Amino acid sequence: MSNQPATDQDAPVQGASRQAHRQTAGALLVYFLLGICFGVTLTQSEVLSWFRVQEMFRFQSPRMYEIIASAVVVAAVAVALIKRFRLRALSGEPISIPPKSLGYGVRYAVGGTMFGLGWALTGACPGPLFALVGNGVTVMIVAIASALAGTWLYGLLRAKLPH
Amino acid sequence: MGEVNWECSNAVFMVAFLSSPWPWYVAGPVIGLFVPLLLLVDGKLFGVSSSLRHVCAAVLPGKADYFRYDWKRTGLWNLLFVAGIFVGGMIASHWGGHRDIAIADSTRLALTKLGIHDFSGLAPREVFSWPALLSLKGFISVVVGGFLVGFGTAYAGGCTSGHAISGLADLQLASLIAVVGFFAGGLLATHLILPLFL
Repeated sequence: MSNQPATDQDAPVQGASRQAHRQTAGALLVYFLLGICFGVTLTQSEVLSWFRVQEMFRFQSPRMYEIIASAVVVAAVAVALIKRFRLRALSGEPISIPPKSLGYGVRYAVGGTMFGLGWALTGACPGPLFALVGNGVTVMIVAIASALAGTWLYGLLRAKLPH
Repeated sequence: MGEVNWECSNAVFMVAFLSSPWPWYVAGPVIGLFVPLLLLVDGKLFGVSSSLRHVCAAVLPGKADYFRYDWKRTGLWNLLFVAGIFVGGMIASHWGGHRDIAIADSTRLALTKLGIHDFSGLAPREVFSWPALLSLKGFISVVVGGFLVGFGTAYAGGCTSGHAISGLADLQLASLIAVVGFFAGGLLATHLILPLFL
């Protein structure tokens, strides 16, 4: 394993559920259906539009900020309730949200800024890229391929980058 | 008879609502609800960019530790979620038909000055289309922009969903730094880089 300080926290949740993972077709179908709902939401909220993203970064409409802020508030209240009442998942597992290790914080500042550049250039973050292809903006297949190349190169350079 | 009519108009109302743009106070809370929904189904953390990592791990892991894990066990749910996003986009576009985005007049003016003339659809076709891919503006927007999205989200360990929604909702300082970075990068690209090539 690499000796980067940030290694473990983003190892895709190995310890989160120790019991044999039940990946029945039914359970996986739920994620597919939730994905469909999210794709509809990204489209009907128009957050997937390059025009809306431009409007946001030019501070010419509060719409995107209102959407993001209200999404965070709803999610924060829900997460607080889940923690407060120690709710379990439908699968029976206790719900635990691993904290993100701060390290030197470089990865968040630099990686975040790089993503921000890409967000404004493509007018889309990862979810909207997939929703845009569904909406018929098929050239975004190239953007997704390019994003995969970017992620792959990060994996290759990871040990050499400051985190 | 009356009951049938009521149900009918109710269904018409639902379709009309679903197919018109949602106001922010519907869109935002609905997006936020995906965090508890995924947690409550099986403790999954809402985030989309990890799907890119899972695809790399599945297709071309190479020698990088970063891609050497059981992607089927940890990532299959995420890949199905993303496949759903694509299908959801298809369904919504079917309802919505030809869709124009009602952006602010000031944004329209600023973009016109930059040379954007086509304001129909979700993104300007003069930049985001197959023929435009070979132009400088198309290449930078789609290929360079896509690459930065992939590299940046992997480096930062999350995107708008993972950091700006899930992370901020869980009051993570790391996510706050990432979100400040998102906006620093976005403002830089919009105000300094876009005018150079559009």
